[in-house]
Amino acid sequence: MSGRVLVGVKRVIDYAVKIRVKPDNTGVVTDGVKHSMNPFCEIAVEEAVKLKEKKLIKEVVAVSCGPQQSQETIRTALAMGADRGIHVDVSGKDYENLGPLQVSKILAALAKQEDAQLILLGKQAIDDDCNQTGQMTAALLDWPQGTFASEVSLEGDKINLVREIDGGLEHIKINTPAVITADLRLNTPRYATLPNIMKAKKKKIATVKPADLGVDLTSRLEVLKVEEPPQRQAGMKVETVEDLVVKLKEAGRV
Amino acid sequence: MALREGALRLNVLVRSRHFYKLTSLGGGVRSLTEKVSSKQVKSSAPETAADHLIYTQEHFALKESLRKLIDQEINPYVDQWEAEGKFPAHKIFKILGNAGFLGVNKPVEYGGLGLDFSFSVAVAEELGNIRCGGIPMAIGVQTDMTTPALARFGSDELKREFLLPSISGDKVACLGVSEVGAGSDVSSIKTKAVRKGDEYVINGGKMWTTNGTQADWMCLLANTSDGPPHKNKSLICLPMNLPGVHIARKIDKLGMWSSDTAEVFFDDVHVPCKNVIGQEGMGFTYQMLQFQEERLWAVANILTTADNVIQETIQYTRQRKIFKQPVLHHQAVHFRLAELQTEVELLRSLLYRATALYIKGNDVTKLASMAKLKGGRLAREVGDSCLQYWGGMGYTSDVLVSRFYRDSRLMSIGAGADEVMLGIICKYMDTLPGK
Repeated sequence: MSGRVLVGVKRVIDYAVKIRVKPDNTGVVTDGVKHSMNPFCEIAVEEAVKLKEKKLIKEVVAVSCGPQQSQETIRTALAMGADRGIHVDVSGKDYENLGPLQVSKILAALAKQEDAQLILLGKQAIDDDCNQTGQMTAALLDWPQGTFASEVSLEGDKINLVREIDGGLEHIKINTPAVITADLRLNTPRYATLPNIMKAKKKKIATVKPADLGVDLTSRLEVLKVEEPPQRQAGMKVETVEDLVVKLKEAGRV
Repeated sequence: MALREGALRLNVLVRSRHFYKLTSLGGGVRSLTEKVSSKQVKSSAPETAADHLIYTQEHFALKESLRKLIDQEINPYVDQWEAEGKFPAHKIFKILGNAGFLGVNKPVEYGGLGLDFSFSVAVAEELGNIRCGGIPMAIGVQTDMTTPALARFGSDELKREFLLPSISGDKVACLGVSEVGAGSDVSSIKTKAVRKGDEYVINGGKMWTTNGTQADWMCLLANTSDGPPHKNKSLICLPMNLPGVHIARKIDKLGMWSSDTAEVFFDDVHVPCKNVIGQEGMGFTYQMLQFQEERLWAVANILTTADNVIQETIQYTRQRKIFKQPVLHHQAVHFRLAELQTEVELLRSLLYRATALYIKGNDVTKLASMAKLKGGRLAREVGDSCLQYWGGMGYTSDVLVSRFYRDSRLMSIGAGADEVMLGIICKYMDTLPGK
């Protein structure tokens, strides 16, 4: 076992920013808007670094797919304790069409190339809310998956996982190598301390192109239109249940 | 059990992190950022690291990390601490110390990072995102008022006892310089430290002691001999738990409510002679040396807060309507805000210029004094004009602008009053009447 963990980190629009749709309805405004690491990816990085501190794994490699600016996101992961980074350079039209299918193909290729024992991802990104990349990556690699993880513990060559599901908590045991996606309560990400930020300067980030990994980035999806959700309309108050039923019938809802 | 803990954490996270999508327990949680007063505001200087005058990628990474810490550990509790009149200094300093933010420009041997002053300025700027003035001021006292002389001139033993724990956040420091009878006129302080064997016996008192009720030690300036007033003083590291040290009262102030300010008395306090920092008699000189840094620090801090107040005022006046139009649409309002923002940027340029010169080894006393003078005055103008545009709401305690109005008034008074700054500038302009 290589003891190597790949952690995927995505550069997304910062959670505190008010999102605005572009006037041509092709997407949202990203120019000049504050970006940061996806919060669930932060939790994934923290978990990987914790595993390394417990000496259960040997190396944490942070991976990000995107344009030049994705390197900033990798640097944040390095400042949190990742050992090195891989920047998969994707820009322009390819970047606009980059979705879970393409990213999972890239991650699968990298996992084989780096001989990874574990892939840690956030459960979903806060910009597209897809919640697909982890699952697709596991399927492409034919690896077990532990999604929505709120507790992870390594036991020999197996992983004990607690998953947050609609009905409550599910306890599973999976083999390694595996893909795990982090949920909110898995941990609280650490602050990148100043000494670690300075140390991160010396850590390496390698750049690769998807073509080098033999990955085809063609998208099977085409975005037709992006628009804001409809403005919330004023409601109506009624006095009795009978009035409510009358109003609902009038509106054709019943 | 995990679910309940998770639900509690979820609550804290929603309140403090303002996540806008948390879906694992079914159903998203809408962000709280609709409320103007809780919304995070973007700084108005988005230069990239490549173009910035003094900041590199590391400075921005530092600011981002510190911002997270502020958003999670400090800002959610500011209102409460302001109401209580005190913030938990030991707790907050330990969190900051663990992350390395208390020793940015201090020696590596004692836990510091040995970085240059531009990193201290970056920290000061980011601390301006705290929603009050009291806590940044308390932190600034710890990092840049009580410890610089110790770091430069103190003995190794003294640094281990006082500097190291102040950098790690284990000890809270306060500065004992101003007295009831001497503020601007530092040379006329009366506190005496009389030598008896290998001890000093200290009598007197200090005023305006930030962190005074919580501090473990004080960097004390006292008269240690009878010579000329600029040459007879020494800086002494004084543990605050020594017999004879009395915290007379916590002072009730116009602003800076979350910062505890104390009046302290010394009644035959015995302290070993080895607690003197550097050379006896050099205290006054040592204290003066760090003023350039102190002043630039204060300016960096107030500029971010001014930015935030202007931005919040824009947001408020955009949605607040009078006579069927947003307040912001009235030319008097948006023109005035443009004037204020212009002056903020001008002062920021002076700050960066002075910092760049300083880290190259130049004396920037004149520029730093000019910046401090302008900073205090500009903060008053920003506070006053913006509060006016908030109308009745601005007069309430529920909004940042009224707190800023009160807190920032101190800047023209403390850490070198406006009049002292003017005197220094005139000295450099050679316009003072001859003696």
